[in-house]
Amino acid sequence: MSSIRALIVDDSSVMRKIVERCLRQAGLDLSDVREASNGLEAIALLKENQFDLVLSDINMPVMDGLEFVRNAQQIDSAKGTPIVMITTEGGEKHVMEALSLGAKGYIRKPFTPDQVKDHVIPVLRSQA
Amino acid sequence: MSSPLSSTANAGGSLLEHWRVLLCESAKHVFSTMLGAQITTPEQPDIEVVPEVTAIVGLAGQLCGVLTVRCGAACATQIASRMLGVAIEEASANQCDAVAEVCNMVAGNFKAKIGMEDKCMLSVPTVITGCDYQFHSLVSGTRMEVPMIFEGEVVWFTLEVRE
Repeated sequence: MSSIRALIVDDSSVMRKIVERCLRQAGLDLSDVREASNGLEAIALLKENQFDLVLSDINMPVMDGLEFVRNAQQIDSAKGTPIVMITTEGGEKHVMEALSLGAKGYIRKPFTPDQVKDHVIPVLRSQA
Repeated sequence: MSSPLSSTANAGGSLLEHWRVLLCESAKHVFSTMLGAQITTPEQPDIEVVPEVTAIVGLAGQLCGVLTVRCGAACATQIASRMLGVAIEEASANQCDAVAEVCNMVAGNFKAKIGMEDKCMLSVPTVITGCDYQFHSLVSGTRMEVPMIFEGEVVWFTLEVRE
C-alpha cells in the first residue's frame, strides 16, 4: 500500500494523537497527517487538500461528524475519499445514518489498534 | 417520557445495583482498552479524592443526567501518559483532554450496556480543574458513585440520573 495522506477529525487532541498512533501501528505509511477539531475545520481542509483517508468523530462542537460527512459529499475533489467514523455514539441509528450519508466504516470507542487496523485496511484496499 | 428507573420502580434497588456493576465494567473496559491498565475496586469504598480534575458528560433523552469522572492532577497526568504512550513529563498538558475522553467513553459504553444507545445522546465533555467548587446538578434523582483504583490513585465515576 502506498503512502497515505490522512485527515483526523476529533475535538479531543488526545484522541487525534491516539488515532494517528493506531494508524502507524497498523503499518500504514503516513506521508501527511492533518488534524481538525470539528467538522467545519475539516471541510476547509478537504477543500484545499487531497486525502486518501478521513477518520472522524461524530459528537463534536461547531459541526458534528454526520453533518461533516454530508457536507464532504458536496466537495467534488473529496467525493472519492473514504470517511471512517470513530465514535462513542455506536447505536444502530447513528451507524445507519453515517453509512447512508457516505461513510465507509465505523469504529466504536474504546478501540484497540488492531480494531482500527481491521476497519481501515479493507476500506483503503477497496479504494485502491 | 418515563426513564428506565421510573418504569421499573419496583425493581429500582436491584436495577441500581445492576447499573453500578455495569458502570464499573464500563470503566474497567475503557481503562483496559485505551490505557492498557487494570483498575480495581478499592477495599475501602469511602476513599477521599481531591478532585483536581473533573470531567462531565451530559446524557439527554430517555436517560437524562450526568456522568462525572473525578481524580487528582497526578492521576489525570498518569491517565494521559498511559493513553498517549508518552512519558509523564510530556503528558501533563493533555491531562484534561484525557480525562474528558475517559468520561466520554465510559458514558458511551455504559449507555450501550443498558440498551440506551439510540435513546440517549451524550454531550461533548466539559472539564473543571481545581477543587474549590460545588457541583449543582439540575438533575434530581438517583446518584451512584463508583470508586476505582488506578495505579494506587482513586478515580471516582459518578452517575446522576433523573427518575
